Amino acid sequence: MAVVFKKSPVLADVPLHYCPGCTHGIVHRLIAESIEELGVADRAIGIAPVGCAVFAYNYFNCDMQQAAHGRAPAVGTAIKRVHPDSIVFAYQGDGDLASIGAAEIVHAAARDEKITVIFINNAVYGMTHGQMAPTSLPGQVTTTSPYGRDVNHCGYPIRVCEMLCTLEGNQYMERVAVNNVKNVLAAKKAIKKAFQRQVEGKGFSLVEVLSTCPTNWGMSPQEALKWVDEKMIPYYPLGCYKGGDK
Amino acid sequence: MTHEMIIAGFGGQGVMSLGELLTYAGMHEGKEVSWMPSYGPEMRGGAASCGVIVSDEPVGSPVVTEATAVVVMNLPSLDKFEENVLPGGCLFINSSLIERNSTRTDIKVYRIPANEEAQALGNTRVAGMVILGAVIAVTGVVAIDSIGEIFTKVFGEKRAKLWDINKQALERGYAIAKEMMA
Amino acid sequence: MSKILMKGNEAIAEAAIQAGCRYFFGYPITPQNQIPEYMSRRLPQVGGCFLQAESEVAAINMVYGAGGAGARAMTSSSSPGISLKQEGISYIAGAQVPCVIVNMMRGGPGLGSIQPSQSDYYQATRGGGHGDYRCVVLAPSTVQEAVDMMAEGFDIADQYRIPVILCGDGMLGQMMEPVEMGRYTPRKLPEKTWATTGMGSRKTPNIINSLYIDAAILEQKNAELAAIYDEISANETKWESYRMEDADYMVVAYGTTARIAKSAITKIRAEYGIKVGLLRPMTLWPFPSAAIAEAAAKVKAVLTVEMSTGQMVDDVRLAIAGSKPVEFLGRSGGMIPAPREIIDKLVEMAGGKA
Repeated sequence: MAVVFKKSPVLADVPLHYCPGCTHGIVHRLIAESIEELGVADRAIGIAPVGCAVFAYNYFNCDMQQAAHGRAPAVGTAIKRVHPDSIVFAYQGDGDLASIGAAEIVHAAARDEKITVIFINNAVYGMTHGQMAPTSLPGQVTTTSPYGRDVNHCGYPIRVCEMLCTLEGNQYMERVAVNNVKNVLAAKKAIKKAFQRQVEGKGFSLVEVLSTCPTNWGMSPQEALKWVDEKMIPYYPLGCYKGGDK
Repeated sequence: MTHEMIIAGFGGQGVMSLGELLTYAGMHEGKEVSWMPSYGPEMRGGAASCGVIVSDEPVGSPVVTEATAVVVMNLPSLDKFEENVLPGGCLFINSSLIERNSTRTDIKVYRIPANEEAQALGNTRVAGMVILGAVIAVTGVVAIDSIGEIFTKVFGEKRAKLWDINKQALERGYAIAKEMMA
Repeated sequence: MSKILMKGNEAIAEAAIQAGCRYFFGYPITPQNQIPEYMSRRLPQVGGCFLQAESEVAAINMVYGAGGAGARAMTSSSSPGISLKQEGISYIAGAQVPCVIVNMMRGGPGLGSIQPSQSDYYQATRGGGHGDYRCVVLAPSTVQEAVDMMAEGFDIADQYRIPVILCGDGMLGQMMEPVEMGRYTPRKLPEKTWATTGMGSRKTPNIINSLYIDAAILEQKNAELAAIYDEISANETKWESYRMEDADYMVVAYGTTARIAKSAITKIRAEYGIKVGLLRPMTLWPFPSAAIAEAAAKVKAVLTVEMSTGQMVDDVRLAIAGSKPVEFLGRSGGMIPAPREIIDKLVEMAGGKA
């Protein structure tokens, strides 16, 4: 019988705890496949965040450190400095990276640390049950913006790639989405490129992945995928923001 | 014997280095020593000071409050540290810059015209060394030769050529104090 | 090896390097700046890495990363900066990552002062961050002891997989004393088979983590940590007993304050004939409670002296459990107690005579 799909051995053989329709699982797979295809699983060290993806340390078949909320880039900085030949990746959500860890991500990027950051932007705090994130859209209803995000009261959502791409250095930054097959394929390409650049000894890489949270958005999985197209991508345009070399 | 000294002046008079010289020289002679600077914003204002202890016993408090000898290079230092001299202790006053005398009657006061003497030697920057010579003559805290032996440890090999003038200043201060004691 | 004259802060930095520390992460704050400055000069010379972090928070998390990856790593700071590091220290304790943290204590609370203080005693000895944990807390009173303790501190950290805090103060950091490097004999330590190095040929991943979402499992983890803390208490408690043989009064003081107490003891014995001794905790956690209780049994009263409004005195009282009067003398805000103040207090306790 022909094998048409095989789970990457870089993913541990355990069930993921994510909600139905959540795209964390897809992104995990893309990371695992990239690591596998580049043949660097034996020297990969991942950093799990605080948030829904905290258990990432159980999902990847490589050494992992769990980091305090927002601090993954600092932890990753040090691991890479200790083991320069390792392939270090941090997996962070939007609250983690763009709010409490804003300083860490800016400075890791500014130092052009040779690490790869996968940034999951789903416009909401997932694990704590749907509070407003730094990337929640104007007017978006969350459990802490019940009347919709009022930009006059709490400001505008942060476009991380656009903000970081002003930094000098050899960084690579791209925004992708995983809400349809075409976008998933493009996301895979970007994530693999981010890892590839690290393997080649190039600088900091960050891939922002527009992701879904049907549970906290109060939508069906299909509606959530559509919401990414209709609401998120217009505010967060897809594309490469820095380091678009081939 | 325990020598507990305070050396004070304003920035640029080299009071920290004087303290270091004494500390190094004491260590060089196999004695127990400590050097404790005042630190913080006040270093840029009035009195910069350091406490130096040279002792046959392990050093207890590195903060000198009951001093066997106090060196003051400027007036604010005299005002601040005069009271810290132990009864029977010594106070060395840079009389080139300090007009008033000590009001204490229970201590020995040595007024050394350090700047004038240094000027006569051709370099006012060695005023501190004149006073240091006097301190050594009076207290015997370290041997005068020890200063020469450790001079470059404090000031670096690059300043080795400055030893000659510093040596002259040291010996001048030593001689002045010996005359005063005679 | 011959003695050299060094500033406390620089001696601590050099001792760390000689102990094999190759990673330093920190953020500027007075009065410990000579440590990062020295590290920034020396670490590149020995193939190490000095990195000035964007914040204290980032610095401690870098220490967590480097320590978790198997390296000897440290950070240093002073009181307000140490407060910022507490979240990271809690994670480090939970994930059992070895590291050394230097706190050159200054006056507080808040921005406080930059002068010497011992007012972070509670914070250091009670964990400091959230959760049920301890750090080993070393309290040197001389520059030489700081050098020796830095070397041993890295060994203790590795042996028990625990954060070790070296608590000095601005005085210890700024003063110069003769020191000899390399006096400490390194311990034989287990290999760091748990570190995140990349799996290489290893079959199972190494995970550095402090999350145990199942309460029963976390309780088990807490019990494991508590067992390690008991072992450390049994093996690593250190103190110095000074002139206690014939003492009628006992002073308890640590760090630079203990030196000041020693000066006071020498003088009070000479001037008044009052027999006073000193018990100096060299480890603040584990605290030498048994030694203090034993020594207290032989004296009339106890005086605790601190550069705080009274923190360690609580532990002294707990150790003595009401069996003897415990008096307290404290200076705070960056003020340093003078030997004379201690003498006056002891004379008062002794009723003015021997």
